[in-house]
Amino acid sequence: MLYDITIDGKSHRIELNRTENRWTCRLDGREVEVDAVLARADVLSLRIGNMAHEVKAEHVGGELHLWVGSARFAVDVRDPRSLRGRSRSGDHHGPKKITAPMPGKVVRLIAREGDQVELGDGVAVVEAMKMQNEIRAPKKGTIQKILVTEGAAVNAGDVLAIVD
Amino acid sequence: MFKKILIANRGEIAVRIIRACHEMGIAAVVVYSDVDRASLHVRKADEAYPIGAAAATESYLNIQKILDVAARSGADAVHPGYGFLSENARFAQACSDASVKFIGPTAAAMEAMGSKTRARQAMEKAGVPFVPGTSRGLDSFEQAAQVAEKIGYPIMLKAAAGGGGKGMRLVHAPDQLKSSLEAARSEAERSFGDSEVYVEKAILDPRHIEMQILADEHGNTVYLGERECSLQRRHQKVMEEAPSPIVDADMRRRMGEVAVRVAQAAKYTNAGTVEFLVDREKNFYFLEMNTRLQVEHPVTELITGLDLVLLQIRIAAGEKLPLTQEDIHIRGHAIECRTYAEDPGNNYFPSPGRIALLLEPSGPGIRCDSGIYEGWNVPIDYDPLLAKLIGYGADREQAIARLTRALDEYFVGGIKTNISLFRRIMGDPEFRAAKLDTGFLDRMLTRPEDKRADSKAAEIATIAAGVFAALGSSSPAARGNQAERNPVPNSDSRWKSASRQEALR
Repeated sequence: MLYDITIDGKSHRIELNRTENRWTCRLDGREVEVDAVLARADVLSLRIGNMAHEVKAEHVGGELHLWVGSARFAVDVRDPRSLRGRSRSGDHHGPKKITAPMPGKVVRLIAREGDQVELGDGVAVVEAMKMQNEIRAPKKGTIQKILVTEGAAVNAGDVLAIVD
Repeated sequence: MFKKILIANRGEIAVRIIRACHEMGIAAVVVYSDVDRASLHVRKADEAYPIGAAAATESYLNIQKILDVAARSGADAVHPGYGFLSENARFAQACSDASVKFIGPTAAAMEAMGSKTRARQAMEKAGVPFVPGTSRGLDSFEQAAQVAEKIGYPIMLKAAAGGGGKGMRLVHAPDQLKSSLEAARSEAERSFGDSEVYVEKAILDPRHIEMQILADEHGNTVYLGERECSLQRRHQKVMEEAPSPIVDADMRRRMGEVAVRVAQAAKYTNAGTVEFLVDREKNFYFLEMNTRLQVEHPVTELITGLDLVLLQIRIAAGEKLPLTQEDIHIRGHAIECRTYAEDPGNNYFPSPGRIALLLEPSGPGIRCDSGIYEGWNVPIDYDPLLAKLIGYGADREQAIARLTRALDEYFVGGIKTNISLFRRIMGDPEFRAAKLDTGFLDRMLTRPEDKRADSKAAEIATIAAGVFAALGSSSPAARGNQAERNPVPNSDSRWKSASRQEALR
C-alpha cells in the first residue's frame, strides 16, 4: 500500500505492507521497523523500533487529526494511484465570510451593513453555553451584507456577515 | 436519615451527589430536560423525571416542576448542587413550605448573603474587613460616577445577585463608566433576572482565596481551610488548589475565624464558602459568601479527608457536626483542573458536540469527577464544564507531577477542550513557583506559546497516518467497518469460543 502524506506542510511517501501481523514500512525510501496494534477504534499502539507510542485519531469535519502525546497534527492522506487529486483553493483576497464558530444564538449585531470595520472589530455577539462571544471582523473593510437577525439561532459555520 | 434525595441539577455535580447518596444507602432521584435524556446523571440515578425544554428556565430553574417531582417521587430532601437554583432563596423557602428538606442554608440566611450588597451591610456590623465601595446598588449613572470619583479609579462594577464573573466590569477611567455600567446591568439582568449593580475599588493583581466552612443546625461552625482560586480567565475560575501556597497556619486561623464570624452573623447552616480578595501585602478583604457547595470542593475533601456532600446531607438531616475545629488537619496538597468544552485555539469559544473518544486518567492521587461519557453529545444549552480532574500529593510538587502525568493520559476527542491549557500551566515556571494572582492566566496567554514542531513526533504521526489508512480506519467513510478490524468490539465471539473451550475441558 502506497500513500502520500502531507503533514506540517511537508509531503512524505510511505509504503506499507502487512503479512500476518508483521509490517514492513518504507518512509521516503528509508526502511523503518514498524509494529502496530489498533488498541481500540482511533487508538493506535505503535512501535517504531523498540520505541512505543500511542497515537489517537480524531475526525474533525472532513479532516484527520493525529495526536502524538500533546502534539496535534492535521494530516492529509492520499493514494497516489488514485486519479482523484483534490485541489485546494488558496487564500483568496476579496470578500470574506464571517461565520459562527459554534452553534448558538445571535444576541446582538454590533455592525450594520455599510459600516467600515477594522481587523478585529466586533461584528456580532453569539451566545452559547451561557457565554457571550464577540465575533470579530477577519479583515479591514466594509460590511457588505448581514445575513442574520438578532435572536436568530445559528449553527457552527453559518455565515453571519460578509466583509469586503 | 433521608430515604430519597431529589437532585435538582445535571452534569458532573449531579453525578457527584448521586454517588454520595448511594454510599449512604439513599435513593437518588434526578430531573432532566429534553436534551439531557442521555446524560450521565440520568444513567446513574435510581429514578429520573423529565421536566421540560432545554432552556433552563423551562426545566432546571423551574421551581414548580422540581417540587412536583419531589412530591411525585416521595423525596424527603432536595440537593440543589451548584448553579441553577442552588442560591435561590425562593426555592429554599418553597422546599421548606412543601416539607421537603433543602440541603443547604435556610432561605433567610441565603437572602442575607445572596445579595452582595445586603451581605455587606450585615458583615460590616460583625467587623469583617471590606474593600472600599458602596454597600448599596447604584440608582443611576450619576451616582456611579460620584462614588467612583470618591474611591478613585480603577473601580470594579459587580452584579449584586452575581457570581461566576457575570455582570462584572473593570473600569479604568471615567469615560468607560457609562458603557461598562450598561453592559454590566444588561448582563446581570440576563443572567440573574436582577440588574442591580454596585461599585468597589479594584484591587489590582489580587489573589482570590476562599475559606470553606461547615455549620450544623445546633450552633457549631468549623472552617476546613482555604482554597487558592487565583487562576481565572474572564473572572471564571479555571484551576483551584488547596492549601494556598501563601497562607501559613496563622493566616489560615485568622481567615478561618473571620469566615466563621461571617457565617454565624447570618445564622448560616450547612456548607458555605467565604471568598476573600488578598492583596500583595497579604491583607484579606471579604468579597462574598457562596451559599452552596462549590465546584472546587474536591480539593478541600482531599486535604482534609472529609466528604463534604456526605456531611451536607448529615447536617441537613439534623445531625451534629461529627468533629470540632481541633479535629481538622490539613494534609498534603490538591489541585483541580476544570475541563471545559471550549477551544483554546479559537479564543476559548464553546465547543459542544459529540464526544467521539474519551480516555480518562487514573492511578495514584488522581480523581476525575466527570459528567460525560464517550458517544454522548454535549448540548449547547448549559455551562461548558465537562469534568474536573483533581491531583493530590504529599506536597504541591507531587500534586503537580501527578497532574502533569494524568494530563498526558487524558484525551477527549470529537470536541475541543481546554486540556492543553492545563498542560501549559503545569509547565509554566511562574506557576511552579506559585506566583499566582487573578491576572496570571491572562498574562500567560499573551506570551507566545512554544510551538516548535517536534520532528520526531511528526514522523511518528506520518507513520501512524499510513498505518491508520492501511487498516482502513483513517477516513470517516471507512469508519463503518472499523469494528471488523478492531479486536475489542469484536471480542464477543472470542469470549464465546474461549468459554466453549473451557467447558469442553
